[in-house]
Amino acid sequence: MPSSPASSTFPVRIWRGGADGGFERYDVPRRASQTVLDVVTHVQRHIDPSLAYRYACRVGMCGSCAMTVNGKARWTCRTHVDAVANRSGLEIAPLSHLPIVRDLVVDMAPFFDKWAAARGQFVPTATRHDDFARVEPQSPARRAIDATIECIGCAVCYASCDVVGWKPDYLGPAALNRAFTLVNDVRDGAGIARVRAIARDGGCESCHTHQSCTKRCPKHLSPTGSIASLKRIVARSALKGEL
Amino acid sequence: MRGSPALAVAAPVRGARAAAWRFVLQRASAAVLALCVVVHLATIVYAVRHGLRADAIVARVQGSVFWPAFYTLFVVAVAIHAPLGLRAIFDEWLGFRGLLADILLAAIAVGLLAGGLYAIASLVS
Repeated sequence: MPSSPASSTFPVRIWRGGADGGFERYDVPRRASQTVLDVVTHVQRHIDPSLAYRYACRVGMCGSCAMTVNGKARWTCRTHVDAVANRSGLEIAPLSHLPIVRDLVVDMAPFFDKWAAARGQFVPTATRHDDFARVEPQSPARRAIDATIECIGCAVCYASCDVVGWKPDYLGPAALNRAFTLVNDVRDGAGIARVRAIARDGGCESCHTHQSCTKRCPKHLSPTGSIASLKRIVARSALKGEL
Repeated sequence: MRGSPALAVAAPVRGARAAAWRFVLQRASAAVLALCVVVHLATIVYAVRHGLRADAIVARVQGSVFWPAFYTLFVVAVAIHAPLGLRAIFDEWLGFRGLLADILLAAIAVGLLAGGLYAIASLVS
């Protein structure tokens, strides 16, 4: 959709209500360099203040503004209308695979519960009396997680994953990516307990390598790559009789 | 469908060993099948191109050690691989999981194994 003067408007359909809600149409002024978050904010501030949505940083750091835009999960603060609008304008819905609280707000609890289930918590092995850990930046383990630590927890990967939709107890790309980060953290002490957590039914083996998570990740991470590495770690542990 | 129900994730980790071994066995059997299918297709192409009829094939198979051993390996790999793949399909597409599903899948595995071995035995005896 070409940029045009602020006087022109374009149609935006926004999900309203809970799981049994529906789309409502709004006509929003078209502006240059307009993001999808700008559109939603305009609707809430100038058309219907009861619209519920979530955002914080507006600059792609916090991971709170993800929504389904024209059928695909995206971070709305860094998604330009130009890049995603079609002839019908925009259709904005809450993220898939998560319970809708209201309008564009989903309950993120199941998403982060799975981070916990995948043992996504750092387990320290040192005390405050120990010196700082020295991690060699060029070591294979540290390099393996260079990209993975950039995850902002936006749940775009989770909402884009077919397997999450089919298998509700699948841990999902983000939780497994987090587990992979910690498996490679030389300071972490969870060890085989974390490998067991990610090897369970619904763990990393459930990934079908569709790569939707990697395709959609706004930070250009590769949860698929992390999960593939976890599969190798799990297989190795099984063969060694460690599980 | 939007607004899937709240997802309950069991806190205790159970079945990790079994899940890991299912994964290992499916990948290992897939590697065996990849080789077996290539050999199987190559023999089909050879038989067709050389005009071999059923009686000629049976004559070559009988008395051979390699072909019964090869197809026994093939059948065992199928009996492992197919039920594990079906398990994921049952689980993810049909929502059919649990003890009953595993009993059915074990029966399918036994059926594939028995049927395949019976076919090999019939061919070589």
